[in-house]
Amino acid sequence: MEIEQIEILEFLKRHSPFQELPAEQLQQVALSIDIGYFKAGSDILRFNEPLHALHLIRSGAVETFRRNGDLYNRLSEGGIFAEQGLLRGGKVRFPATALEDTLIYFIPDQVFQQLFDENEFFADYVQVGDSERRKTSKASNQARADLLGATVATLLSREPVSIGSDANVWQAAQLMTEQNVSSLLILGPDQQLAGIITDKDIRSRLVAPGLTSETAVSDIMSADPVTIEQQQYIFEAMMLMLRYNLHHLPVLKQQQAVGVIAISDIIRFESQNSLYVVSRIFRQQTVADLQALVPDVHACFVRMVNEDANSQMIGSAMAAIGRSFKQRLLELAEAELGPPPVPYCFLALGSMARDEQLVLTDQDNALVLDNRFDAKLHDSYFKQLATFVSDGLAACGYTYCTGKVMATNKEWRQPLNIWQQYFQSWIEQPTAERLLQSSIFFDIDGVWGQTQWAEQLQKLVSNLARKKPLFLASMTRNALSRTPPLGFFKDFVMEQDGKQNNVLNIKRRGTAPFVDLIRVHALAIGSTESNSFSRLQQLIDAKVLPKGRAEDLRDAFEVIAMTRIRHQAAALRSGEQPDNNVLPEQLSEFERKHLKEAFQVLSNAQKFLKFHFKA
Amino acid sequence: MLYLGPERADHNQPQHSSADWQQYYQQQAAIVKHPLLQQFYATGMVAASTPISQVPLVAIDFETTGLNADNNGIVSIGLVPFNLQRIFSSQARQWLLKPRFALSDDSVTVHRITHSEISSAPDLSAVLPELLPLLAGKVAVVHYRQIERDFLSASVKVRLGESILLPVIDTMELEARLHRAKPLSWWDKLRKRRQVSIRLDASRSRYQLPPYRPHHAVTDALASAELLQAQISHRFSPDTPVSELWC
Repeated sequence: MEIEQIEILEFLKRHSPFQELPAEQLQQVALSIDIGYFKAGSDILRFNEPLHALHLIRSGAVETFRRNGDLYNRLSEGGIFAEQGLLRGGKVRFPATALEDTLIYFIPDQVFQQLFDENEFFADYVQVGDSERRKTSKASNQARADLLGATVATLLSREPVSIGSDANVWQAAQLMTEQNVSSLLILGPDQQLAGIITDKDIRSRLVAPGLTSETAVSDIMSADPVTIEQQQYIFEAMMLMLRYNLHHLPVLKQQQAVGVIAISDIIRFESQNSLYVVSRIFRQQTVADLQALVPDVHACFVRMVNEDANSQMIGSAMAAIGRSFKQRLLELAEAELGPPPVPYCFLALGSMARDEQLVLTDQDNALVLDNRFDAKLHDSYFKQLATFVSDGLAACGYTYCTGKVMATNKEWRQPLNIWQQYFQSWIEQPTAERLLQSSIFFDIDGVWGQTQWAEQLQKLVSNLARKKPLFLASMTRNALSRTPPLGFFKDFVMEQDGKQNNVLNIKRRGTAPFVDLIRVHALAIGSTESNSFSRLQQLIDAKVLPKGRAEDLRDAFEVIAMTRIRHQAAALRSGEQPDNNVLPEQLSEFERKHLKEAFQVLSNAQKFLKFHFKA
Repeated sequence: MLYLGPERADHNQPQHSSADWQQYYQQQAAIVKHPLLQQFYATGMVAASTPISQVPLVAIDFETTGLNADNNGIVSIGLVPFNLQRIFSSQARQWLLKPRFALSDDSVTVHRITHSEISSAPDLSAVLPELLPLLAGKVAVVHYRQIERDFLSASVKVRLGESILLPVIDTMELEARLHRAKPLSWWDKLRKRRQVSIRLDASRSRYQLPPYRPHHAVTDALASAELLQAQISHRFSPDTPVSELWC
């Protein structure tokens, strides 16, 4: 008669990566299992012994160790170990000891290898340190929304309407009316795209200043417009439009304009997205109006998570929304206070500057003022401006910065030459203590006004920092002050020293040390990028990390960032206040496994950083 | 394994056996007539002094129609070969059998094997040529030896004309040695202290073994195999001679 291993089968059905197997394969695994009992304290695996089976903990708890005796992992019921050894030569790599009285299910090597080869989920689950595998696992959710998967080409419904750059605005307006379009591409003599004009340009650049309709289109067009290639994704178009606050985006195919997409095309394509939120921000007249948009911002965040957007899409969309709030608040402030006495640049710092903003975020900002700034004459204006914006942001959910890094603080409301001195002094006379407060200033973005000043400051940093080993060493020490945990054990966070905690602050122990680490490397190569992924790309191009490491960092960072994002989205969905405190029991086994690997990558990268910059 | 009703307290006396099973097998091989039994005994048995770590073991469990082997039959047999290092659950076997006595409704509720399931099942005689070689040369491991020993002996005698006896390690008796060595004192009784349960599940839980659904022959066999490994590692040693364990 056909034998039934009821207990073994039922156990497998409760645990990943077995419960995901097809019923027939699961049955086969259940019938292949042998069993052994290990008293607490006894050895289960010794280093370099031949290995014949994947070990699955049926009950009890097990610790695995590195060769040097350091704790590598602590596992409980449902945990698997010895997979690395099986995948790499069939010898024990991490010795294992029973921490409690333990019953082990042994899955024969041959069955393990077959599952590994035939079942992608299983392979993803057990694979360690292989960046390709980690990447595919992220795409496990097949239900990618069209917005995220479709290319710009799918939005093009008609040939582009264009006119030569020698035409005048009257001719252009005639053509636009005839063709019923709101924008017109301007082609140069070589038939290449030279610019674009819109209904709004005619209104604000011709009619309002009182120019005649004989004015050449080239005089009022936006020259060298931002464009997108037709095979790029719609979300990329969306990001560009958000970043530059564009309403029309010319689409190119091999340098030739093939169409234009308008903000309305994307909004029609996907209502309630971040573009829609941004466009509404700019239509609000009061702080109270802006505050009323907060639920839409949260809905937009949750929606992107549901649609399986990656952390880069979400981070830059949320940063664009945050930036728009600031810009609109500054417009409203200027309307109330009158024009500024001297030019200024409003800076975003930290996550917004890095395009890595989420829903729960501090407002980190600063004011760079013209060098003609005279505190006695001008400061009361800028103090009021800063207060207006800061209070407005707080009303919209961007809480006051606990470190007081805000333009309301006089120290961070200074003329450009003082800012230059700040940076010089941080870089040339570094101490870890001083830099602890100021590392946030190494992620900067000009949001409003004289944004070129922000770029000047970035260039200054880029030129100075890479030549200053003491500065890099101090930054490194700060970057190493926060370490990732080892992983999880039962419902606890497992620390490197074997201690157990109830919650994991995913920002403090995950994304923040990651960002710090990437920043040090980026400063060392003179990068002017702020976004962590862009910085990593530059590190890859500059080949400063061992081969494949930067790619591993990118994938591991994504795993941790998405865990944080999903955690906050889950809170929003259930009507709770989002935070960074992840409870281990809220994580799936799959997430725990991948997080653990990502922590490992981070931990190794921190060791490399320490060695590299001799901190 | 069969439901025993309320805890039976007949294990107060530890029953050590100094029986020389090796010699018994040699004698029986010469005496028995049936070729299946000749073969069984001719396979031999380990010496009494053999350390338990060297002894091939087989956990067995019978589901029966009732407690008394004289008027009840075997409905199902589960068997798992093992040794001190490994339980070969991948080589486990299970048979459904048609008993010679009617299946009572009471026993159906215990082991969930129904009349219709066994109506097409074979008689034990058809299974013995497969079963006996799997037991030959091995020490049987059961939880409460009375059932398996009585039923095997009685059932085989009916079919082959001769009975069979094999050495058994009783995991329940090993627990009784620890928890039934002394009867409860009057003081304990006065305090309404209850005896520690030596049933399979209760015994397993003392060694942090997981609870299993009972009365499924192969699962019960597996459960006793795991229990023996746990008992040896906590209370004996791999070098313990098998004579200290079997009876």
